[in-house]
Amino acid sequence: MSMNINHTHNAMEHPLASPIWLRWGALAAGLALVAWSFGWQSYPLYVMTQVLIYGIAIMGLNLLSGYTGQVSLGHSAFFALGAYAAAVLSHHLGWPLYVGVPAAAVLCFVAGFLFGFPALRLPMLYLALSTFAVAVVTPQALKWKQIEWLTGGVQGIILEKPTFPGMLADRADWAIMMCVAACALAAFLLAQRILGTQFGRLVDASRDQPLAAAAGGLNIPVIRTQMFGLSAAFTGLAGALSVVAGQFVSPESFPFLLSVSLLVGSFVGGVRSLWGAFLGAAFIVLTPNGAESLSKSAPWMIFGFALLAVVFLAPNGLSGWITHAWRSRANS
Amino acid sequence: MQAFLHQIASGLAAGGIYASLAVALVLIYRCTASVNFAQGELAMFSTYMSWALVQAGASWWAAFAIVVVGSFLLGLALDRVIFQPLRHKPVLSVVAASIALLIILNSLAGWLFGHELQEFATPFGGVLSHAEPFLSAHEAGILLATVVELLAVFVFFRFARFGLAMRAVAVNPSSAELVGINTNKVLAVGWGLAAVAGAVAGLMAAPIVFLEPSMMMSPLIYALAGALLGGIASPVGAVAGGFAIGVLENLLGAYVVGNDLKLTCIMLLIIAVLVVRPSGIFGKSVQVRV
Repeated sequence: MSMNINHTHNAMEHPLASPIWLRWGALAAGLALVAWSFGWQSYPLYVMTQVLIYGIAIMGLNLLSGYTGQVSLGHSAFFALGAYAAAVLSHHLGWPLYVGVPAAAVLCFVAGFLFGFPALRLPMLYLALSTFAVAVVTPQALKWKQIEWLTGGVQGIILEKPTFPGMLADRADWAIMMCVAACALAAFLLAQRILGTQFGRLVDASRDQPLAAAAGGLNIPVIRTQMFGLSAAFTGLAGALSVVAGQFVSPESFPFLLSVSLLVGSFVGGVRSLWGAFLGAAFIVLTPNGAESLSKSAPWMIFGFALLAVVFLAPNGLSGWITHAWRSRANS
Repeated sequence: MQAFLHQIASGLAAGGIYASLAVALVLIYRCTASVNFAQGELAMFSTYMSWALVQAGASWWAAFAIVVVGSFLLGLALDRVIFQPLRHKPVLSVVAASIALLIILNSLAGWLFGHELQEFATPFGGVLSHAEPFLSAHEAGILLATVVELLAVFVFFRFARFGLAMRAVAVNPSSAELVGINTNKVLAVGWGLAAVAGAVAGLMAAPIVFLEPSMMMSPLIYALAGALLGGIASPVGAVAGGFAIGVLENLLGAYVVGNDLKLTCIMLLIIAVLVVRPSGIFGKSVQVRV
């Protein structure tokens, strides 16, 4: 079993160095997309923003499940925490969102760290159980009467749409999308950087051979707790950005099913990939658009079967497929 | 005092539901070393089946019998099709598969039967009769049904040959295989029995919470808390834990935090148990080797 894990792991972790023309090509394509999207209507901008937001959240989940080998069903709670933190800081304290959003991410890091501290000392299943309970409880806890003055209770909090100076004033949706895109890029580069360091290799060791690594003197709970905090910070950042994009939070926006969507996106995109997170996000954002015309239940049915299919047929998800195709083309 | 005793008695009745579901969780834990997050939806689905049979004109007990057999077969089928192939895969895959099953069953029930609340009959007489001093007829029925079910489980594991084989597989699958036990068959039956225990829990819960696709979400959390409290590897512990959680939930709701925060308190309890004594009250800690 462990052989198998190592094999797939190596295949994912060390892709061929991308050729120079590819990097410049990607940069040019990105800039072209930025210019082109300036003329988009608000709906495509909205969809793109959602994909980027969920992509950041799923990157957070991947840091945990793909790279640390732990599973969380409770990331809807961190998404909610980030969203509420940003909304409360802006609504009650009048902090501008460009301060409130990073503050929300930091708060989620602390919350994740504190939560992971006890839970990650136990076998992985127990983390799944405790996070599952947290996710189910989140909407209920947010409605708690004693904190209604803070959270707005069932009604939630409505914020004003951020304003932008100059020629961006009329293109606020586009400007919001660009801010979210900038955050997504920064989060991606940060995650890539962290995984590439010495710490990233310790994370690998703690996942692949936890007992041996512990016997070799690695403090596995500390590594896992740091990764859990980082994972929570990413997902909390996504939650805070969802407030920037939607200017609204309410308890019902963060059901257990949000955790399930993130999990589905994570698996479909590929748990061991950072850019795959955005493929998974596109999947969970776009599927309901097409499928809801069939039936209210259809998107979830599709999510369920997609998750099963990935578990059985493509353990590395869409990004795994693409990497595989790319490598075999490059090798031939 | 009367009111207090009433709260404890109806807590025990609710605990009966959680105990059944917790037994199902423990059976699956012993088969897969993972938790079946779809256990609640599986119970919900069986309950809808029985509802549909009653709507179609079957008597309650006939529907019950058919659903018990049907759930057993469904459990066998799920094991064969989904979980047997995942037996030697990482826990992550097993958890993902059970989450997939959860959303498939949930949306399938919504598709087939709608998302509206449906009333579900109880065979034991009224649900909300206040005539009795301590328990409504349905609650008394729940307690009776749970006791019968748990006795059956106990007898099965203690005296039946197959039950002994299941215990052997749970303790050490590879050694069990060496002495000639067909592990796959044993684990499949474990899935079947878990599905039956879940169905019983669903049928008992439905008259109280009404029938809808997400009806078993909270009971599943309570059952998980019960199973963890008693020890997730121990059926006896799961039963005791289920009853304890039922009573605790009722007392918390009635005297301490009200209905809004019961679930949150139970969540905190789950985390506290995991921190203080992860193997539960009746569980033994397990050691691993490099």
